[in-house]
Amino acid sequence: MAKMNMLQAVNNALITAMNDDEKVMVFGEDVGHFGGVFRATSNLQQTFGKGRCFNTPLTEQGIIGFATGLASQGSVPVAEIQFADYIFPAFDQIVNETAKFRYRSGGQFSCGTLTIRTPYGGGIAGGHYHSQSPEAFFAHVPGMKVVIPRNPYQAKGLLLASIRDDNPVLFMEPKRLYRASVGEVPEDDYQLPLGKADVIKLGSDITLLAWGAQVEIIEKAAAMAEEQGISCEVIDLQSILPWDIETVCSSVEKTGRLLINHEAPLTAGFASEIAASVQEKCFLHLESPICRVCGLDTPYPLAHEKEYMPDHLKTFEAIKRTVNF
Amino acid sequence: MKDRNHLGNIGLIHQVNIIENGLIDIPMLQVLQPDGSVHSKADLPEITEHCALKILHTMQYIRLLDERMVAAQRQGRISFYLACTGEEASTIGSAAALEPQDMIMSQYREQGALAYRGFTTKEFMDQMFSNQNELNKGRQMPIHYGSKALNFMTISSPLGTQIPQASGYAYGQKMAGLDAVTICYFGEGAASEGDFHAGVNMAAVLDCPAIFFCRNNGYAISTPSEEQFAGDGIASRGIGYGVRTIRVDGNDVLAVYSATQAARKIALEHQCPVLIEAMTYRLAAHSTSDDPTGYRSKDEEERWRLKDPVLRFKTWIDAKGWLNKEQNLEFIEQTRQEILKELKLAEQVPICPIEQIIEDVYDTPPWHLKAQLAELKTHIKKYPEAYPKTSGRL
Repeated sequence: MAKMNMLQAVNNALITAMNDDEKVMVFGEDVGHFGGVFRATSNLQQTFGKGRCFNTPLTEQGIIGFATGLASQGSVPVAEIQFADYIFPAFDQIVNETAKFRYRSGGQFSCGTLTIRTPYGGGIAGGHYHSQSPEAFFAHVPGMKVVIPRNPYQAKGLLLASIRDDNPVLFMEPKRLYRASVGEVPEDDYQLPLGKADVIKLGSDITLLAWGAQVEIIEKAAAMAEEQGISCEVIDLQSILPWDIETVCSSVEKTGRLLINHEAPLTAGFASEIAASVQEKCFLHLESPICRVCGLDTPYPLAHEKEYMPDHLKTFEAIKRTVNF
Repeated sequence: MKDRNHLGNIGLIHQVNIIENGLIDIPMLQVLQPDGSVHSKADLPEITEHCALKILHTMQYIRLLDERMVAAQRQGRISFYLACTGEEASTIGSAAALEPQDMIMSQYREQGALAYRGFTTKEFMDQMFSNQNELNKGRQMPIHYGSKALNFMTISSPLGTQIPQASGYAYGQKMAGLDAVTICYFGEGAASEGDFHAGVNMAAVLDCPAIFFCRNNGYAISTPSEEQFAGDGIASRGIGYGVRTIRVDGNDVLAVYSATQAARKIALEHQCPVLIEAMTYRLAAHSTSDDPTGYRSKDEEERWRLKDPVLRFKTWIDAKGWLNKEQNLEFIEQTRQEILKELKLAEQVPICPIEQIIEDVYDTPPWHLKAQLAELKTHIKKYPEAYPKTSGRL
């Protein structure tokens, strides 16, 4: 075990994957010699050469189209989009090409080895072009998997699993935690299963569900609620698609209440999908309406960032409202 | 129906002859030599003393502003800054060749063009401190300026998006019969985005009076231009799209001024786009989040420091007898003090009241945004200490 922050854990996962399989290639804007604007790809070019870790021209649609073709040839690309806010020029490639590659060819061709890494999320004074959480757009695309880690240990295990999964995976990294989240990470190769949620804390009165950087927010709210005698079960969804409905529903059947928190705007956010599915499966177990604590339905603001965020206080208030319904 | 022949006047060959890369030689217009003297064969642009001094003052102003704001970021007073050191001639020289009614669509390193248009120190500071006086209402990161009054479109961080928009804006100017063009600034890195190709091609096909002004400064953050493209810069692409093109020394303000003047004339007279590639160098870091020591040498930077565009132009102005050194020193000192004063004032101004958070999302806020605002205000009232920037004014 070694102490790592999330960036070091991502870097370590990439080194592990590149050592393990020479078909793994890492590329994107500034990821080469410089090691990426966040330094997630530090020293990869120096270690593995320019053929396997390289800068691309500044074109997101090019990066993902290139990566999709490369994956279909049998290589294992790990493409970086510098900020999730800048993934949209590649939307056509991801939605119409990457995600449908296997389906449209009747399984003859596949780009399942592709992994797209991208930092996402707010809390860094980034305004609306360096703060967005676009996971719900991609969760709407059949054929893509979407994965989000909450800490360095999860980041390494989930990234290795994403790289080796035989489906294209969008791996979204909570950049607010890149240096802030530090923890013990095994230096060996390990994987954490995709499609599985992680129950972080057991409780009996309400289930709190989040992913990425918002997990620590619901943990903080849970601690506040505990002081008032409310017992919270805390779950990190980890995989947005496919998502672990079994773990979430068995928790809700026990607690009778569910609160979902995400940074992205409320309307058509992924919480909406979870709420719809959970009420179908758990209707008779529910003791209060499923509650969503999310970003406002506005672009991500700069000056009003603090007010916009679904923080621990908003979550705490929502827990009380839900429990006292 | 018109009878078309898309083969046109293509000649025929009868042996395989693959055209080599780099056959077209695109020279660079230079009027002033690096030491500030005029090339003996150079055509000097028609430029008034007043205009020349305004260009020099804007260059000096921007350098002072950049220095001060990089320091302010280091002190933690603003979250982010992006200097244009080394590229002042490109942005200010081109802006000077335009008319106030011409639209400017910039990338994010064109504060020189904005200052030339008349953006005040107070307006710069209000933007960078995201306060309630800011024209964009504090919604974007520092340096994302915009001014409807000055025909300067609000900056967007995503790269290259303004390029096809400039084509559209220019088409609208043409259809409205205006005596105006649109200038669109971007870097050589942004020219790799699909939007560049889409935008320039559309401007060419639809005869849009747009000036595409590429600042080829050698780097896109850490990526050097040789890893950005294999062709001959950006100018060669203009030719490929059927767009009139010129390459200029971006550190020579007179060359930039001449080229932009000519481009504006052509764009208006022929109702067509023109592409200018200004060869320059980003002496500054990409932004305050960047550290260039990780990707380029000090020696390389020093070589470009010797081509300082401000000094080069100042030397020429001095030789013309237009420079009053005492007055210029006074101007610099006054500017320095004005920048400091406005910085201190702007950082004291509060951010917009919370009601602004739902405004301008739509023309008027729909029911769900009103409901979300009401809920938010109730919440802030309950925890006023947690939201100190807005709770005081509820």
